[in-house]
Amino acid sequence: MRENGGTLLSPYRVLDLTDERGLLCGKILADLGADVVQVEPPGGSTARNIGPYYKDEAHPEKSLFWWAYAVNKRGITLNLHTEKGRELLKELVKEAHFLIESYPPGYLDSLGLGYKDIESLNSSLVMVSITPFGQDGPYAHYKASDIVGMAMGGFMYLTGDSDRPPLRVSFPQLYLHGSAAGATGAMIAHSHRVLTGEGQHVDVSCQQAVARTLAHAPQSWDLEGEILKRMGPFRQTGKETMTRANWRCKDGYVNYMLQGGGPGVARSTRALLEWMDEEGLGDEDLKAVDWEHLGYGRVRADIMEKSVAPLQRFFATHTREELTTASVERRILLFPVATPANIIEHSQLIARDYFKELPHPELDISVTYPGLFAKDIEGGERMGLSRRSPLIGEHNVEIYHEKLGLTPEELTNFEEDGVI
Amino acid sequence: MNGKPLEGLKVLDFCWVAMGPMTTKYLAEYGATVVRVESAKRPETLRTAAPFKDGVSGINRSGYFANNNPNKYGITIDMRHPRARDLILRIIPWADLVTENFTPGTMESWGLGYRELKGANPGIIMLSASMLGRGGPFERQPGFGPVLASLAGMTHITGWPDRDPVNPYGAYTDFVVPRFAVAAILAALDYRRRTGDGTHLDISQLETSIHFSAPFMLDYVVNGREQDRMGNRDPAAAPHGVYPCKGEDRWIAIACTTDAEWQALCRVVDPTGQNRVHQERYFTLLGRKSDEDDLDGIIGAWTRGWDARELMDALQSAGVPAGMVNDSRDLFEDAQLTHREHFKYLDHPEIGPYASERSEFNLSRTPGSLDRPAPLIGEHTEYALKELFGLSDGEYRSLKDDGVLE
Repeated sequence: MRENGGTLLSPYRVLDLTDERGLLCGKILADLGADVVQVEPPGGSTARNIGPYYKDEAHPEKSLFWWAYAVNKRGITLNLHTEKGRELLKELVKEAHFLIESYPPGYLDSLGLGYKDIESLNSSLVMVSITPFGQDGPYAHYKASDIVGMAMGGFMYLTGDSDRPPLRVSFPQLYLHGSAAGATGAMIAHSHRVLTGEGQHVDVSCQQAVARTLAHAPQSWDLEGEILKRMGPFRQTGKETMTRANWRCKDGYVNYMLQGGGPGVARSTRALLEWMDEEGLGDEDLKAVDWEHLGYGRVRADIMEKSVAPLQRFFATHTREELTTASVERRILLFPVATPANIIEHSQLIARDYFKELPHPELDISVTYPGLFAKDIEGGERMGLSRRSPLIGEHNVEIYHEKLGLTPEELTNFEEDGVI
Repeated sequence: MNGKPLEGLKVLDFCWVAMGPMTTKYLAEYGATVVRVESAKRPETLRTAAPFKDGVSGINRSGYFANNNPNKYGITIDMRHPRARDLILRIIPWADLVTENFTPGTMESWGLGYRELKGANPGIIMLSASMLGRGGPFERQPGFGPVLASLAGMTHITGWPDRDPVNPYGAYTDFVVPRFAVAAILAALDYRRRTGDGTHLDISQLETSIHFSAPFMLDYVVNGREQDRMGNRDPAAAPHGVYPCKGEDRWIAIACTTDAEWQALCRVVDPTGQNRVHQERYFTLLGRKSDEDDLDGIIGAWTRGWDARELMDALQSAGVPAGMVNDSRDLFEDAQLTHREHFKYLDHPEIGPYASERSEFNLSRTPGSLDRPAPLIGEHTEYALKELFGLSDGEYRSLKDDGVLE
């Protein structure tokens, strides 16, 4: 850590009350250098009950979900269902800059810890609430698991095979979108706070966050009256236009989208067609298309249909590795459909020193973690990934002492009374 | 009275396509002055992308572009013109932040890498976003969000177990990165306020997006397991899926994670206890998991008779997590999105009124707002050069006559 300016966010303290629905928000701030304290109920967060687990041992200290998203934070336990617990939280709030929570709307208010209460304790605090639909409105109290939110956000209708039901991603995405948006909103509110001293409440809707991932589908309805559909490996780009993304190759799948539009895209298309030519698998009809002036996402369905056979024939003659490597040299917009192993072993990620080893001393291991989401090229260490996720109550002593000056005796009493 | 939180932040924005413009849209929505640098000779990809108003294409008519670029000023500079570099370096002292998402090396090829920008403005902050980050063997690999999602592992975990995987819709990862990018930019801005030092942020879309399936990466690292696509199933819930409703291609998502939610669902399906949902073997999650195909069949046969929205409301009233599968039109009619004013209509000189998506968070004290439509190509070149950057009329004319501003 640097001495002078510290890390990008080193002066700032974050209280993170979220469960599995909001952990990523605080992690983003932690990666930027903020001091993030995860506040869990006694016994630990419900996020610890989410698998997969280390060595498949279902144990609250071995949840890989918890490891992935509580990493880089410190952790304390606190029982908000006791009066003393709420008092302790209020003390912590007084010296915090951010508070993040993901309870159903109104829950914290019912404990006397809603934004109004928080504001009266610390008017410059930025409070972030991450919920499926936002704090108010007709669906504010609707229950949403991932699949419900991904459906209502418009994502699922567009994803999947046309002859089967709409599809979600097999790893929950809804709350990740909302949590990342929470970090965005938090930093925008922070920008106002540093200039004026005024805090505020950031109210995130995960449904809206998902609805912003739909490329141009809402605009297709708005401007052309077209409801775009899911098309399996294909992707509908407009009323009469489509492209195909996913292709089988010799040993797996690659993604390549036949496209015109924009200098890089047309060049990529030409490069692929030339490569096919070199191997005697060229196609005159495809070469005759004016890719340079076609426009992005403007391949008509009939051209696309004609292109499937020759492209499929070509891809089938090569492995994923061959296609990927040559595409870098030839500047073709093609990527492998990567599995976790492919990602962990990817030479680019290794060359960029992306992964980070973090020790888990209590298990006597060190684990390779996905690294920082951004690099600070010139500054070196103004962002950082420095500690594994906290054990239950791991930092109770240091934090309650450091921040509130509690003595070991007081802590023991609180423990016995079920406060922490 | 409060101004917008980012008022006074000045951004010279070289971003194009989706990820970059969505990033600077947040900044513009919350008060930053964002000036987009485009080329009229080589229009950016999104200006050529459907949909177009009434289906008629045109450089100012793309709804995809218009959605992502409201509140911004648009100027045109031919970056390959010999005078372009000097013009940019002249503008740099005005800017707090320069954003770009070209293939790494492009800004350097124009003599406008971070070092050069820093020479003209020591506190400058720069965001360089790319597919795979700067440096490394794949630095120059071109790409965009739709296919990058596959490299980031998302396609592998999307699809039916008995079929080929499918891509998550659209340029998925393009819309994952901007939220991280804005947080990092504003953190760097805070750092500069405290220390005077700028920052060069290097964002790899791949590296950021991996965080959207990070536990699966760890599962491979510690257990050697590669998670696979599971359709709509979830190991910790049943029923968990999408079921047909009345009408063509109408669906509802239902998820029962607890036995209480399952019991509530059973009561809505059939309060009399006659329906096949009322089987003892379905009392527990384990039991429901043991024959999930059969369970899904029973639920699907029942949902088929319902209107999706009415069923959603009925199930939610009973405490069952359920949501209709919104298509693009449904989004415009969704009661909650309407309540949140998700779509803001802007009046565009060529497109007319069009919907632009507001930010997915509301700030209680200093809300953002979308006020101006996306710029026409080159719409603000003269205004920005003279009024924002302080060039004289003579300088402007000379640049224009020389073909720099194309």
